[in-house]
Amino acid sequence: MYAFTQHRPATVRQAASLLAKQEEAKLLAGGHTLIPTMKLRLAGPKHLIDLSKVEGLTGIEMRGRSLIVGAMTPHVEVQTSPVVKENFPALAELAGKIGDPAVRHRGTIGGSIANNDPNADYPAAALGLGATIITNKRRIPADEFFKGLFETALEPDEIITKVQFPKVNKAAYVKFPNPASRYALVGVFVSKRGSEIRVAVTGAGANGVFRVSAFEQALKKRFGVKSLEGLSVPADGMASDIHGSAEYRAHLIGVLARRAVAAAG
Amino acid sequence: MATATIERLIGKSIKRREDPRFITGRGTYVDDVKLPGTTHAVFVRSPHAHARIKKIDTTAAAKHPGVVAIFTGKDMTGVNSLPCGWLLPDLKVPPHMPLASDAARYVGDPVAVVIAETEDAALDAADKVKVTWDVLPAVSATDKADARTSAQIHEVAPSNVAFKWQIGDAGAVDTAFRNAARVVKKKIVNQRLVANPMEPRACLARYDAATGDLTLWVTSQNPHVHRLLMAAFVLGIPEQKVRVIAPDVGGAFGSKIFLYNEETICSWATRQIKRPVRWTSTRREAFQTDAHGRDHVTEAEMGFAADGKIVGLRVKTIANMGAYLSTFAPAVPTYLYATLLNGVYTIPAIHAHVTGVFTNTTPVDAYRGAGRPEAAYLLERMIEAGAAALKMDTVEIRRKNFIPKFDNGFQTQVALNYDSGNYAAAFDKLLRMLDYRKARSDQEAARKQGRFLGIGFSTYIEACSIAPSKVVGSLGAQAGLYESGKVRVHPTGGVTVYTGSHSHGQGHETTFSQLVADELGIPMEQIEIVHGDTGAIPFGMGTYGSRSASVGGTALLMSLNKIKEKGKKIAAHLLEASPGDIEYANGQFQVKGFPGKAVPFGQVALTAYVPHKYPEGLEPGLEETSFYDPSNFCFPFGAHACVVEVDRDTGQVKVLRYLAVDDVGNVMNPMIVDGMVHGGIAQGVGQALLEGAVYDKDGQLVTGSLMDYCMPRADNLPVLKVDMTKTASPSNPLGIKGCGEAGAIAAPVAVINAITDAIGSEDLAMPATAQTVWQALQKANNRREAA
Ligand SMILES: Cc1cc2nc3c(=O)[nH]c(=O)nc-3n(C[C@H](O)[C@H](O)[C@H](O)COP(=O)(O)OP(=O)(O)OC[C@H]3O[C@@H](n4cnc5c(N)ncnc54)[C@H](O)[C@@H]3O)c2cc1C
Repeated sequence: MYAFTQHRPATVRQAASLLAKQEEAKLLAGGHTLIPTMKLRLAGPKHLIDLSKVEGLTGIEMRGRSLIVGAMTPHVEVQTSPVVKENFPALAELAGKIGDPAVRHRGTIGGSIANNDPNADYPAAALGLGATIITNKRRIPADEFFKGLFETALEPDEIITKVQFPKVNKAAYVKFPNPASRYALVGVFVSKRGSEIRVAVTGAGANGVFRVSAFEQALKKRFGVKSLEGLSVPADGMASDIHGSAEYRAHLIGVLARRAVAAAG
Repeated sequence: MATATIERLIGKSIKRREDPRFITGRGTYVDDVKLPGTTHAVFVRSPHAHARIKKIDTTAAAKHPGVVAIFTGKDMTGVNSLPCGWLLPDLKVPPHMPLASDAARYVGDPVAVVIAETEDAALDAADKVKVTWDVLPAVSATDKADARTSAQIHEVAPSNVAFKWQIGDAGAVDTAFRNAARVVKKKIVNQRLVANPMEPRACLARYDAATGDLTLWVTSQNPHVHRLLMAAFVLGIPEQKVRVIAPDVGGAFGSKIFLYNEETICSWATRQIKRPVRWTSTRREAFQTDAHGRDHVTEAEMGFAADGKIVGLRVKTIANMGAYLSTFAPAVPTYLYATLLNGVYTIPAIHAHVTGVFTNTTPVDAYRGAGRPEAAYLLERMIEAGAAALKMDTVEIRRKNFIPKFDNGFQTQVALNYDSGNYAAAFDKLLRMLDYRKARSDQEAARKQGRFLGIGFSTYIEACSIAPSKVVGSLGAQAGLYESGKVRVHPTGGVTVYTGSHSHGQGHETTFSQLVADELGIPMEQIEIVHGDTGAIPFGMGTYGSRSASVGGTALLMSLNKIKEKGKKIAAHLLEASPGDIEYANGQFQVKGFPGKAVPFGQVALTAYVPHKYPEGLEPGLEETSFYDPSNFCFPFGAHACVVEVDRDTGQVKVLRYLAVDDVGNVMNPMIVDGMVHGGIAQGVGQALLEGAVYDKDGQLVTGSLMDYCMPRADNLPVLKVDMTKTASPSNPLGIKGCGEAGAIAAPVAVINAITDAIGSEDLAMPATAQTVWQALQKANNRREAA
């Protein structure tokens, strides 16, 4: 690890101004992505702006027909929250499948979404539920947020404060973990909200999380496993590595989507 | 005097005495040893698989604050190559310098060391060491290493061939195959593995300028072997000036047997800078530089008579040695592999040819099982292929071929003479535990619901008690492996045992105490076990090859017997009887037939140290040392079964049941044996389903971290059902065969056989990841459709 200075702002405004002012500064949330990369000397920020003492960044609540989750909420709280379990069981289940207990107690929803790891789980939920990412500056629909591998719409001094999920009628997430990292080799999140169908895929895309419109259109006609029969995703544009070829990943999307639809009921 | 019989501890599941300190975080590992003035070493390693070193510029790095010294290979004058400790006829032994100075030959090959006040300063400075490389073509694939077009790695080894070695009778196999009803042929790959012990390698070297003594704390399974090889062979320091301490060691699985570059360099460097030098491996370095295991590519043929009897076996194996010959590397694919190809079966003709090749990869050496898992995997895949070709049941074909029960010696076709065996008994016990018939009917019922279940078996034989000097000497090895055991009885009757065996997870502090407690009839609390310090123990060979209980335990037993014999003389004097009339029982020396006429052990001990009333001519003191060189290997064996379910849509394999019957001879502590078997099975399941070191064609290690190299975890396994049969070994007085490697030997092929049974396809490579199984299913489907 390279030496760095740690800052502990108390408000989002202070954090944002530090982020804008300091050169080579990075926000620190749960640190479960950032700290390992720093330990390997793959990242060497000069300043770390620790969000752990910033007020107003945690908490889970229903506001009208939306669920609001503070950016600094650790995965374990989403997993175990009665509010989430009642209104978004698929989201609670997804959070419970992230990493191991240590990861779930430290890692945060804001950190995960900001990081946009192509194999992470939360991006699938955000895109699959049509969430809105709320920052210190604006509200960004999930459809416009995830831009590519580890890339998002966030500007350099922008901080995620909350994530808002609209309530849906049906949803399910099926994850096929990479046996080594236990991140998603492929994960498929499906939801139905009135006539809006979303099928979001993480792990498989060469460019990160994406939606499968062919599946969505088929499910729009009838939300059932049968609607997906015979449909497949082309291997083109899929990631390929020692854990799974593009062809295998494409195949898994079909399998997992059918299972997710079945689980969503 | 009370003569209540003391409860025997051998054979009981005594809880491990060492565990309280481990599970409360109070073990002392190398990295826990703190010395004032310690400096920190960081190695500059090759990022290339194969590159000539044109220039190493350390000027900028040397100016970095906190840097104490920087050394390259050119600075290490008068230092010899790291030795290969096991030579074969015509073996090509290229130099393996601690710091490469001509060329780097694998990713991670160290070329310079930066020593600084802190680890951070050393890391920062290491970034500033500028190496100018001339990148050369590299080869990593085992079966391409000796191709004409391949990179040439060492001058002494044309076509990268380290050795060609053979065993058995080629002519007899030819004849057998001519008369065989069926000869099945298969390409068998045993993939490369990384041991990954929990504690990474580490060392701390301290040179005392006042006395000229060097002390090295190092993660070692065999501190004396480390000392001998490093001091005498490489650094040219007299052994009496070097003390090697292997304190608590957090797992090893073979990878800590060998003499590595890093401890050698730190030991050399501390003498230069006259300050202690520390190095602790990162996990990334561990992946790149801990000796890897396995990595065989084999063409095998097995011939069968029409009734399913095996008539012959022909094996051609290419074994990857990596970039250099690690300490025992050449022994593994030869003496520890090909000599086990007789398995538990009657095979009238066997011939094996092994080619060892160099590649631009991390050196390969012994890893849990070392050669024997490769042999078991091959045999059990071949017999499975035979069953398929002859349309025989896999149980029946095995039963037909077992060597019948024997108690004292079975001469194999590949040099070894088995000690004792009852192979069918272990297999039958396993079938009863499994309820084979029910398992098959469950499989059929599941199939009707579209679920793919599979049942797989494996049998194995292992050569343990490594290694009887005479036997391996006659096979051409230039080393033999005995063990030492010293028993020191203190004046007040307490006992300290100094063993040459080394515990790095095996539980010697418990099992050896059980042995001493039983032999001397004293409570375990009165016994301490000391190991891992050349300054304290007699010359010892260490722990690997499932040898501690059988070889180290026997050495200890010999010393205990000597103690008792001497004690009888002292007791006879005290009791005014003749030594021949004294017997030792329940912690006291007594006159035969007169239990009332007795002296307790403690009183005899005190007399030995305060010898006022003492036999004429007898030396005072009560301390004995013994060295035991076994007369033969021991041959544990067993049979394992596995039931899997394959998800036909994804290829995902779930192990539903795993059962094992192992025969490890007499058992000192069943709980510890079960633990050993459990751990071994976990590693074996890991090899079957999850693990595999992957190099790309340029020699970059793709699986360089735990994010990409998959270790087995608890949820990859079902509850294991393990049991034993007990066939005492006639090779040692304890009747022990050894249990350390059994699971890792038997498990991979039991799992793979279960998967091939489930998917109805013989083509499957390890690790059988979901993708691999899915592809095999696709191929099988396509074949079926084409047919
Ligand atoms: C062993 C292990 C296993 C894991 N397994 C999984 C898994 O199965 N599935 C999965 O999805 N994830 C997994 N993770 C990742 C985990 O979920 C992390 O928590 C997550 O990637 C990052 O969250 P964090 O709070 O730790 O962020 P940090 O590491 O602190 O930060 C990550 C990045 O996001 C930025 N950032 C953080 N917060 C904000 C914010 N509010 N606004 C803007 N930018 C911000 C940081 O500057 C940094 O660049 C695993 C991690 C580990 C260590």
